[in-house]
Amino acid sequence: MTPMLEVEGLEQRFQLSKGLLDRITFKGGRPRLRNTIVHAVNGVSFAIAPREVLALVGESGCGKSTVAKTIARIYEPTGGRIRIEGEDVSAYGPRRMLPVRAKMQMIFQDPFASLNPRQKVRDIVAEPLLQQLGPSRRAEVRERTAALLSRVGLNPEQAGRYPHQFSGGQRQRIGIARALSVNPGLIIADEPVSALDVSIQAQILNLMLDLRDEFGLAYLFISHDLSVVHHIADRIGVMYLGFMVETAPRDRLFAMPRHPYTRALLSAAPTIEPQRKTVEMELTGEVPSALSLPSGCCFRTRCPFAWDRCAIERPALRDLGGGQSVACHLIDEPQRDRM
Amino acid sequence: MTAPLLSVRDLRTWFHTFAGTVKAVNGVSFDLMPGEVMGLVGESGGGKSVVGFSILGLIDPPGRIEGGQILFDGRDLAQLPEDALRRIRGREIGMVFQDPMTSLNPVQTIGRQMDEVLRLHTRLDARARRARCIEMLESVGISQAGDRLRAYPHQFSGGMRQRVVIAIAMLARPRLIIADEPTTALDVTIQSQILKLMRRQIAEEGASMILVTHDLAVVAEMVDKITVLYCGKVVETGPVREVIDTPAHPYTRGLIDSIPNPAHRLPRLNQIPGTVPDVRNLPAGCSFRERCPRAQALCAEKEPPLTPQRGGQHAACHFPVPATQTTGEPA
Repeated sequence: MTPMLEVEGLEQRFQLSKGLLDRITFKGGRPRLRNTIVHAVNGVSFAIAPREVLALVGESGCGKSTVAKTIARIYEPTGGRIRIEGEDVSAYGPRRMLPVRAKMQMIFQDPFASLNPRQKVRDIVAEPLLQQLGPSRRAEVRERTAALLSRVGLNPEQAGRYPHQFSGGQRQRIGIARALSVNPGLIIADEPVSALDVSIQAQILNLMLDLRDEFGLAYLFISHDLSVVHHIADRIGVMYLGFMVETAPRDRLFAMPRHPYTRALLSAAPTIEPQRKTVEMELTGEVPSALSLPSGCCFRTRCPFAWDRCAIERPALRDLGGGQSVACHLIDEPQRDRM
Repeated sequence: MTAPLLSVRDLRTWFHTFAGTVKAVNGVSFDLMPGEVMGLVGESGGGKSVVGFSILGLIDPPGRIEGGQILFDGRDLAQLPEDALRRIRGREIGMVFQDPMTSLNPVQTIGRQMDEVLRLHTRLDARARRARCIEMLESVGISQAGDRLRAYPHQFSGGMRQRVVIAIAMLARPRLIIADEPTTALDVTIQSQILKLMRRQIAEEGASMILVTHDLAVVAEMVDKITVLYCGKVVETGPVREVIDTPAHPYTRGLIDSIPNPAHRLPRLNQIPGTVPDVRNLPAGCSFRERCPRAQALCAEKEPPLTPQRGGQHAACHFPVPATQTTGEPA
């Protein structure tokens, strides 16, 4: 079966300052050019099957949102391939992307910033569909808009209102209705519940899972919250400093995390049952700058197990079976793993 | 039995706006013992931050403390004039806020900001003040503290800035720390470092703390006691394990069930239906009744008082959740 989405060796770099003058610094009386390239995503590969939920987790600056935005082609990829249902769209311009956007839609984090405050809800939800169908089918679009609003739990009679008349949770429902309007197979959701209160968060997560079953959706779900990810994802990818360090099916990742960073992340995540915690591992220090990546393994500066090999050789993602892949030299030398 | 360090009695803090009076805190009472850590939890609009600000005397118009007492070590903070409060803030009550960038002055060095606290609140000379600042920075895990005193806030990362804020809060050895969402802006591995640090500092100094947060999981790992607020009122309060393991109020129960729990995953989360009502226009009786699965006719007539429950906690509910329904099973 063709995957809904396939990403191969995705790279994304950003030049921080464009001008030459901005980059000149003086060191010891000599002019030098400062390195201002942010290595946001460094060779990330994964695939999502139809109806599958893949979650990308990691801390701020790990590149998870950049991956999402690059796939949605908000950014131009610096390198690598993006295939939507087998079609390579990595080099498509805006015009050629238009039909592809009927297969792939996005839900954003901030329900206050992602809806045009001067547009009525009806027009917000209808816009992607009008782009696809053309203005001649306005009546059909209007009917579908009303159906979608009631499906996501909003009163279609309120379609003439503006976004500010709705609460955060309701606005996120509007964003979901807009994404569903073109009947996509893939929805990219970038932290869709992190701005919401827990009771509203639960409502939106339930809605997203119901819609997955009803419309046969696949999700690329970006989140920093491991308990949310555990609830919604079939498979989880853990990112650090623009690298994928581990991927595994949800239960396997939680039961036997292999990468030291995954273990630290699971151990650090607060739970309402702290007495049940199995992994105890505390990280020291902070994430290095993506302006100058460490040599070798991206995690070695904070890894309690790191040895000389980790500074020299960058570990590749290796298949351990059972759907789990890990990028860590500990796999070769398990005797160094003291936990 | 020892006397409580802080005793809040029937606190009412209202905001008089053009659109009506917002009773953000409306009759909140609780006690905090010396050395005790209490979590003040609830969703947006619950009034948890306003309780913290009221204790600190930081309520500005249109807000006003309309009534009640805030007894701190025998003095009623609600009655004290501003200059007396200023001597208490920073010295006896320390503060840690959510955003470490806005709670530090961007145009002053860390050292100057730390020194100011000691100049105002202690009689130490310059040399002793500097030594105390260095000692404090080191104890929050900032290395090369002597050099770092000359640095500005923007030269620190978010996690480091929050460490500095905690160091400043602890400088004058306060007896009470009020921390309002201290780790909400931080990443999870940094959050875990900061929480461990705060717990250690509090224990070492024998101080008490009120941790204001929306995150029940953080509370579960940090506090001795929980007070849950809903629409400006205490709906449940008690020892942390009792409240989380056998919540008596349906709102607490709903909050806990809303959090996905990796230890036992359910196909659907038990969501609380509806949204928080408009606080300017609360329903009669119990504020939660319109969202409550257990509500009956009585709930619309009479507001439930806080009453003792089996687990040792208190809850304000006419029909509390029975003990047999433990967390994680469907309601």
